[in-house]
Amino acid sequence: MGYALNFNLIWRHFDKLWGGLLLSLELAVISIAIGIVIGLVLAVWYVSAGRTVRAIIAAYVEFIRNVPLILLVYLVFYGLPTVIDIAYSAPTSFVLTLSVYSGAYLVEVFRSGLEAVPRGQLDAGKAIGLTPWQRLLHVRLPTMLRITLPALSNTFISLFKDTSIASVISVPELTYGAQWINFNTFRIVEVYLVTTAMYLVTGYALLFALRLVERRFRAAR
Amino acid sequence: MMSDASNARPALLEVRDVSKAFGAVAVLRSVSLEVTRGEVVTVIGPSGSGKTTLLRCVNFLESYDSGSIRIDGREVGYRDAATRQRRSERDLASMRAETGMVFQGFNLFPHLTAAGNIMLGLTKVRGKSAAEARSIAEHWLGRVGLAHKADSLPAELSGGQQQRVGIARAVAMEPKILLLDEITSALDPELVGEVLAVVRSLAEDGMTMLMVTHEMAFARDASSRIVFMADGGVSAVGPPKEILAAETTNERLRSFLARFRASHF
Repeated sequence: MGYALNFNLIWRHFDKLWGGLLLSLELAVISIAIGIVIGLVLAVWYVSAGRTVRAIIAAYVEFIRNVPLILLVYLVFYGLPTVIDIAYSAPTSFVLTLSVYSGAYLVEVFRSGLEAVPRGQLDAGKAIGLTPWQRLLHVRLPTMLRITLPALSNTFISLFKDTSIASVISVPELTYGAQWINFNTFRIVEVYLVTTAMYLVTGYALLFALRLVERRFRAAR
Repeated sequence: MMSDASNARPALLEVRDVSKAFGAVAVLRSVSLEVTRGEVVTVIGPSGSGKTTLLRCVNFLESYDSGSIRIDGREVGYRDAATRQRRSERDLASMRAETGMVFQGFNLFPHLTAAGNIMLGLTKVRGKSAAEARSIAEHWLGRVGLAHKADSLPAELSGGQQQRVGIARAVAMEPKILLLDEITSALDPELVGEVLAVVRSLAEDGMTMLMVTHEMAFARDASSRIVFMADGGVSAVGPPKEILAAETTNERLRSFLARFRASHF
């Protein structure tokens, strides 16, 4: 093969990648934070609700999990503003989409964690006179968190990678930056090698940090 | 106006005609019993006889279908026995704080230390400051011989130690009555003694207790009365000597004791 690797053009435009990575992280952090709120509220509601509410929450989860994220991104960015009177920037639209998307996955993680809290612990909370709210806050949620941490880490990493889909609506995150450099320099191998390495290193760093948290909170049995 | 009842010492716990069914299966059939202040009452009986369910009805971890349970004259789960209007969750919580419970499976909060397990109820339910709760927790951990384990997590404790923390957690709330649900059944035999020693010392302090146990020797030594349950009903009540006598005329009790002796000695 006569292709000679040349990274010079990549380094010249590296600010596109670096800025893109920071934006990717920002999109992920904001969306996950909102998703955690959605997930927690719906999961707690689910485990204490009647059949109708459960069915509605389950429908939301099933809908999101069975539709590709890229379609949801198109629907929210191009579709929604034509139907209802709403205007938002591409990044805002993407954060909105990824929040609702991550919320559905996190409902599932939190719900199964809440249901895995041993009944005896809840009985013990009742027996010392804790109110339902106190039992949730001081008994059920802390134990749920320990049970779900490994699954949470996987979901977070996965959602971080999902931010690459924002490139399809021209949000200048890491993948978009890579595409820009490719179109302008034609160094396709180099730019995607560097981009892959950046996703990989960031993903591993996140995983490492989350494993540290897991070890700190290892489920005590 | 003097009735017979007003002459008797008022019962701390009064269970009257309590019945409960899980679907078609009757687990409690018109159970009545009383526990007076300072008394230690032991419930024995074959598995499935409703002992644990009865205990769990006393602090309303289980609801019941009919009858009445009163502690210190207050109806436990319902506003009154006639209308059977369930108390609010707030009310239920504050009533449960008056009864302590120790579980077969310990049920310690795994994310809290031994002291933390005891402090949770003291701070959140009793409204004590963290410092005050900590000193109460240390006092009770000392009483159960675990002063040095205050900052250990449950996972770092043996079964016997966990159960002693469970007892400390219950009594630190200064309950009117302590419910002990087969608290040594999940323990290795060599750990049973240390837990029963704690219960015995509480009894000597005058703690009112209602306990379910399979430790017959302990029941005989520590109880003021023994209740024998069979098929969801109270089959016999009396002082330990009477109930555990080999020559009892109660057919079911005799066969229970015979089977029990055959399997335990």
